[in-house]
Amino acid sequence: MKFSEKWLREWVNPAIDANELAEQLSMAGLEVDGVDAAAGQFEGVVVGEVVECGQHPDADKLRVTKVNVGEDELLDIVCGAPNCRQGLKVAVAKVGAVLPGDFKIKKAKLRGQPSHGMLCAFVELGISEEGDGIMELPLDAPIGQDLREYLALDDKIIDVDLTPNRSDCLGIKGLAREVGVLNNLDVNELEIPAVEPTIDDKISIELVNEEACPRYLGRVLKGINLDAQTPLWMVEKLRRSGIRSIDPVVDVTNYVLIELGHPMHAFDLNAIEGGIKVRSANAGEELVLLDGNTAKLNESTLVIADHNKALAMAGIFGGEHSGVTEKTSDILLESAFFNPVAIAGQARSYGLHTDASHRYERGVDFALQRDAMERATALLLEIVGGQAGPIVEAVAPEQLPKVTAVTLRRERLDRVIGYHIDDETVTNILRRLGLDVQFENDTWQADVPSYRFDIRIEEDLIEEVARVFGYNNIPNEAPLAKLNMTRHNEADVAIKRMRDTLVTRGYQEAITYSFVDPKVQNAIHGEDNSLVLPHPISIEMSVMRKSLMPGLLNTLVYNQNRQQPRIRFFEQGLKFIADEQAENGVLQQGVIGGVVAGSCYGEHWHLDSHAADFYDVKGDVEALLALCNTSARFSFKAQACDGLHPGQSAAIFADGVEVGFIGALHPQLHKQLGINGTAFVFEIEIAALNNRVLPQAKAISKFPSNRRDIAILVKDEVKAGDVLAAIEKVGGNQLVDLNLFDVYKGKGIEPDYKSLAIALTLQAVDRTLEEKDINLVVDNVVATLAKEFNASLRD
Amino acid sequence: MNLEAILADALKAVETASEIAHLEDVRVNYLGKKGEITGLLKTLGQMAPEERKSAGQVINQAKQQVTEAINVKREALSAAALEAKLAAETIDVTLPGRNMASGGVHPVTRTIERIESFFGELGFAVKSGPEVEDDFHNFDALNIPAHHPARADHDTFYFNPKLVLRTQTSGVQIRTMETEQPPLRIISPGRVYRNDYDQTHTPMFHQVEGLMVDTDVSFTELKGILHDFLRNFFEEDMEIRFRPSYFPFTEPSAEVDVKGKDGKWLEVLGCGMVHPNVLRAVNIDPEKYTGFAFGMGVERLTMLRYGVTDLRAFFENDMKFLNQFR
Repeated sequence: MKFSEKWLREWVNPAIDANELAEQLSMAGLEVDGVDAAAGQFEGVVVGEVVECGQHPDADKLRVTKVNVGEDELLDIVCGAPNCRQGLKVAVAKVGAVLPGDFKIKKAKLRGQPSHGMLCAFVELGISEEGDGIMELPLDAPIGQDLREYLALDDKIIDVDLTPNRSDCLGIKGLAREVGVLNNLDVNELEIPAVEPTIDDKISIELVNEEACPRYLGRVLKGINLDAQTPLWMVEKLRRSGIRSIDPVVDVTNYVLIELGHPMHAFDLNAIEGGIKVRSANAGEELVLLDGNTAKLNESTLVIADHNKALAMAGIFGGEHSGVTEKTSDILLESAFFNPVAIAGQARSYGLHTDASHRYERGVDFALQRDAMERATALLLEIVGGQAGPIVEAVAPEQLPKVTAVTLRRERLDRVIGYHIDDETVTNILRRLGLDVQFENDTWQADVPSYRFDIRIEEDLIEEVARVFGYNNIPNEAPLAKLNMTRHNEADVAIKRMRDTLVTRGYQEAITYSFVDPKVQNAIHGEDNSLVLPHPISIEMSVMRKSLMPGLLNTLVYNQNRQQPRIRFFEQGLKFIADEQAENGVLQQGVIGGVVAGSCYGEHWHLDSHAADFYDVKGDVEALLALCNTSARFSFKAQACDGLHPGQSAAIFADGVEVGFIGALHPQLHKQLGINGTAFVFEIEIAALNNRVLPQAKAISKFPSNRRDIAILVKDEVKAGDVLAAIEKVGGNQLVDLNLFDVYKGKGIEPDYKSLAIALTLQAVDRTLEEKDINLVVDNVVATLAKEFNASLRD
Repeated sequence: MNLEAILADALKAVETASEIAHLEDVRVNYLGKKGEITGLLKTLGQMAPEERKSAGQVINQAKQQVTEAINVKREALSAAALEAKLAAETIDVTLPGRNMASGGVHPVTRTIERIESFFGELGFAVKSGPEVEDDFHNFDALNIPAHHPARADHDTFYFNPKLVLRTQTSGVQIRTMETEQPPLRIISPGRVYRNDYDQTHTPMFHQVEGLMVDTDVSFTELKGILHDFLRNFFEEDMEIRFRPSYFPFTEPSAEVDVKGKDGKWLEVLGCGMVHPNVLRAVNIDPEKYTGFAFGMGVERLTMLRYGVTDLRAFFENDMKFLNQFR
């Protein structure tokens, strides 16, 4: 909320400047976002009157004027504003004046005519950002008076960003109360005398939904003159509160809104048929709003209706049909209390947010309706004239909020704050806040005034005491806690270890958005089980990722486009898959994955500069798997995976369950995404990696080991992994190591065949193996391979 | 030939030998089985016993002399050979090594890891939870009922009225309190989401939230722990202030500002004493227990710590940017 410092000071005037006031408010929990001057820096501008105004002889758009600024001679001033005319009261920058931007006014000639000054527009004085033509001041503006003085421009606009609980400060009255508390000052309360009715006209009011609207006041005003001008002082105060002047009726309701923090509304009396009914909207009911849009009302919306139709969305927005126009002469003024629960969320459901809805959904003082009505009536009669009828009040007292008594216990206060604030200080703070306080038996009983409806429980009082006492006057202490040792599981593998493993292997961590481009994701994974964001930032960020691939590939392309020849990225985070079995219908699994493209090592004076391939990346994956200290848990199975090259991809299994994938990106995706070279990707579920097998030590054999190398010939399609697994199975416990050290194809070998060279290391724990023992194992292995893979020994 | 001449020849031959192999030849020529000095020794048998003794002494002396000369020369030659070999083996030690240049963790992760270690030291366990969250854990249990104005401030991504992308990691605190009883000390780092994208907002960012619940946890302790944390995080004894604020899930609530080098206050985190309604929602008796909670934006802290000026850089993942964080 924006407000004028001077306006506030009419109510309460602490001996501190605007910046100190702003600091004080911020430190009391009413955060000030800005303090701005009410007008630009200028001097030498006075009130003047256009005494003569004629056409410039040589320029169609210029006028030659004589202006009275209260000096001996009239000033000759050439003016280009279309609204310049004789008799107008204007703002005159005299010769020697300095306008915002250090613009100095000098004697000049415009197309041959002398000009000794300038007639100013609001914009030129930094008072507003818009507006055509020169300022038109009221006819009673005193000629010769300094404009800054006349408009009280030496003022500051303070912008305070109020938290939802402090809607009591959404008006000058409430802010003044708060500033009074903080400075221990009395507030000059506004006298609001009742306006005696001069006519009997009134209208019936029925509270159909009493719970939503426990109090509604209406008052008829007849014979008002909407040609009247809103007084400049009011226009200025509204302007400094960020509100534009519209017409006197709207201006007055807005003025009361800012002054008292209470929203009001005015209807054209002649648009009302029968009387007022405050009710919930009917099914299918429509209302054309003041902005011309038609709202289809839902049944949870409260409306102000007459006996035939809805007139306005209660507490939110008026209707066009019953709106006040320049032709209106009779109005109905509304001042109502709506239950916040009835208003909350309603405005937003129609995409609306108004000054009224902002206040009603946070809450207004439920005792303020009559004051607001009397205040608005008095102001209106003064400006637009007319006659006021009696106030009609419909009220459901049992539905009004109750004035509550809240208890604060000494012991609880000390326990929550951790610091003892003495009795007298606490009592004093609560009293200053307007609470009716009794202190007995180490307990404060506080009756809460209607405007502090946010105070309901003991914690609210604790906060008020701490806040006014000053958070920074409360000491800092180290927390006290028992030194319970937490449970640690040695088998846990922290995600940090996985990250560190990949970092040492040359990977840079990326963090990409969890929502990705459906075009990319669908090309990789298809559309099934996608979780779509109904209201995304953009279509490219509109579907939750089903793997890390879309984000990582995007990162790859981004960096390739910036001349990075060697890319190794990894990411760790959740993937999201629609799944009815999962909590809330979404399976959210932690995964770690990577993307690799370009040279494996980078260019080096000696290392080969081969482009990273499947086996480079598989080595990195194996390093991750190795964290679990069990080679038996994992296996790679040749399988066409989503978005991958069908001949160069594998699923990763842990204990027989698929937990990830690795492979070359499918050539079509390379093309679609614009990737240079071949990209390799992998991804594994964290749950498969985050626990390891604890070591169980076995005695080390003291006897020598023996190595036997075999080279076998098998068909191309035979998988080395299957061969090794078969050897391991038949090797027995004397086979202590197994290593495939060469794969050969080419000269000397039939096409479609390959040679696998495998080293078997044999060792026994209890003796030195003899040749016959060794041969037994090797022969057994060879026989098995012959049987299972049709393998023959290579000569 | 007489002994003197033989000796002179032998010593000369040792002197001129340039390789260890030549030296061996010299040894064989003079001291070998058929060597000249050995030959002289063989003649001793034919001498008269009185002559034999003195002649033998002279010859043996000569033999000794030659042997010693050979040994000295051999050592000199092998030292020279070693030196030559080493000289030949010299490499350029300034050439770069064969290296898989290591990568790095993302600066956001780096900050989270630091925060985890500060609080881990005080016995705070790290907890995580789902990012697609139901409105109970994201709002209701945190004392933010439907239509509370605070919900509007969150710019929430909704999947449907009951399901959202979490706007804070506080849901993890609720999930923890649902299953564990006090004393509790946890922090929950992670991704959070708000539907807002401009110079100073990204639709996804990271928070670390903390929670301590015990029989007598107080506001002074909340102030103390955050004060220590901020000074540790920035490694600077900066000015810190606590400013009253409002969060539905804490009361009293505060925002915490640190004073920057330019003298301006910068908001870095929000905190407060856990609201009794929040404790009640998870069946913890607020009369028996009190607690504090705090939450901080990881990107903001990272920006302040390392002088990052554009928030969006964190999610562009430009290698040149990320490479700076080693």
